[in-house]
Amino acid sequence: MSGREIKKKRRRGRWLNRLLSVHGVLSYLFLYLPIVILVVFSFNASRYASSAWRGFTLRWYGVLFQNEAIGAALRNTLIVAGASTLISTVFGTMVALGMERFDFRGKLVMDGVLYLPIIIPDIAMAVMLLLFFVLTRVGLGLVTIIISHVAFNISFVAVVVRARLAYFDITLEEAARDLYANEWQTFRRITLPLILPGILGGALLAFTLSIDDFVITFFTAGPGSTTLPLRIYSMIKLGITPEVNALSSITLLASMVLVIVSLILQGGGGPETELV
Amino acid sequence: MATRPESRRERVRMAVLLSPSAFWLTVFFLAPLVLVFAISFGQRGTYGGVEWILSLQSYRRFLDSLYLRIFARTIAIALATTVICLLIGYPLAYFMATRPPRWRNVLVLLLMVPFWTNFLIRTYAWLFILRDQGLINMLWTGPVHQVLVRAARALPFAGLGAFADATIAPLQLFGTDGAIIVGLVYGWLPDMVLPCYASIERLDFSLVEAGQDLYANRLQSFLRVIVPLTLPGIVAGSVLVFIPSLGAYVTPDLLGGAKSIMIGNVIYSQFMSARDYPFGSAVSFVLMTVMLVGTLIYFRSGRD
Repeated sequence: MSGREIKKKRRRGRWLNRLLSVHGVLSYLFLYLPIVILVVFSFNASRYASSAWRGFTLRWYGVLFQNEAIGAALRNTLIVAGASTLISTVFGTMVALGMERFDFRGKLVMDGVLYLPIIIPDIAMAVMLLLFFVLTRVGLGLVTIIISHVAFNISFVAVVVRARLAYFDITLEEAARDLYANEWQTFRRITLPLILPGILGGALLAFTLSIDDFVITFFTAGPGSTTLPLRIYSMIKLGITPEVNALSSITLLASMVLVIVSLILQGGGGPETELV
Repeated sequence: MATRPESRRERVRMAVLLSPSAFWLTVFFLAPLVLVFAISFGQRGTYGGVEWILSLQSYRRFLDSLYLRIFARTIAIALATTVICLLIGYPLAYFMATRPPRWRNVLVLLLMVPFWTNFLIRTYAWLFILRDQGLINMLWTGPVHQVLVRAARALPFAGLGAFADATIAPLQLFGTDGAIIVGLVYGWLPDMVLPCYASIERLDFSLVEAGQDLYANRLQSFLRVIVPLTLPGIVAGSVLVFIPSLGAYVTPDLLGGAKSIMIGNVIYSQFMSARDYPFGSAVSFVLMTVMLVGTLIYFRSGRD
């Protein structure tokens, strides 16, 4: 190749690279701009659904705090998220330990069943659970929501904890046992501290998913068990007001903080974290 | 390292660890799944509910052209979403994977944060932007446009004034398939980017250089080296976008309005308003079957 040709090639390479960078920046804008717009307009003084800017106000946030229905919805949301996180974290961690440690007949099936709740569209899972509760005559309410959330959260916790366990050095446990630690001591003093970031990351993820879930909650909720997303949904359906934006902004920011902490706990959220 | 349990003690330990989740998923996941399948062969009772008569009525009803058309449209929307996600997501993944390592983790984190936050609210954000009095239409019908229209009317070109007048009305964005696709792409783009990113990051770039040494041009080395080597990521990402798009409910409900509906809305109305459980179950089951095929493709592609 002549010098000129190489130069030409390099220049085109730089061009492509620049194009790639522009595309990257635009993609991130696409991901964040709608959220930013939503938050900005929660401070808009305009009473009506119009998108015209009428000046800055904190009024809609004040209105939210006086709304009792939202308070009740928040309480329900926290009860559901707290209970389902607790149960699914314990069960999910246990099953992760079992799956990483042992081989057994039917392990492949168990693997598949553990993955299914992550992959199945939420509408399908919602319908299944609704039918199940209706036909077994379990009254719909907070308990059925919690049961359903545990059913999908176990899988998420298990995936996160297993990712952590995959890097766990088993010889550490053997060393502890050589030093006459019993099984419980080994778990308590060696295994647990080492996989704790994974467990906490999984728990936070479960908590976030539970707080944010709409479809499955929508189908398995009964009278009096309205959660925050259900409240937001019915508010949207009634008409778009600045209060919806304010409530959405608070919810969004809260779950963003939770997600960031969760991802950091899971070990930087690097490429190894297989959360998809 | 997983091993077979050797002693009785180990077997007990394994059982204790696995059984709570196994129990929960059997009762509250597998049993409902079987139930949906069973009910799809039943019949709707006179007062709602289910009559346990073995019948293919619900599946036959699904073959009605109305539902088939909605299903075909759902597949078309999900395919369009997948293709657009690939066109946006692959270059984005390539961009991320070719940054310095320190940057990469930040970029991945930035990608995942909105992805794991409230889907309903993120869809609402688009409703806020796309609706008739939304942000886009506010700009569209804003003062600049009005001035331009007035100017066009004043100019002595025939037809230009009329054309300008025709553009005054708000853009019809809300309630279209396009709005649904925008919402779905927005919701599931990270699902495409992450697997692509993982496989591009693992790519051995010396193979690309080897191709170029053999006089492959850029396009050739992209199509003959990079794409085949990152194909598992592309397939995995496509499946991960296609499946939830196919089962979408919130997006068509909020952005599609009453005009543009998908199969998820059909399922919803069968359960929540029509109370035809067998038909709703049959539709869900068809949806799940398509989805399971997709999942099998995913496991074949992503796990090696």
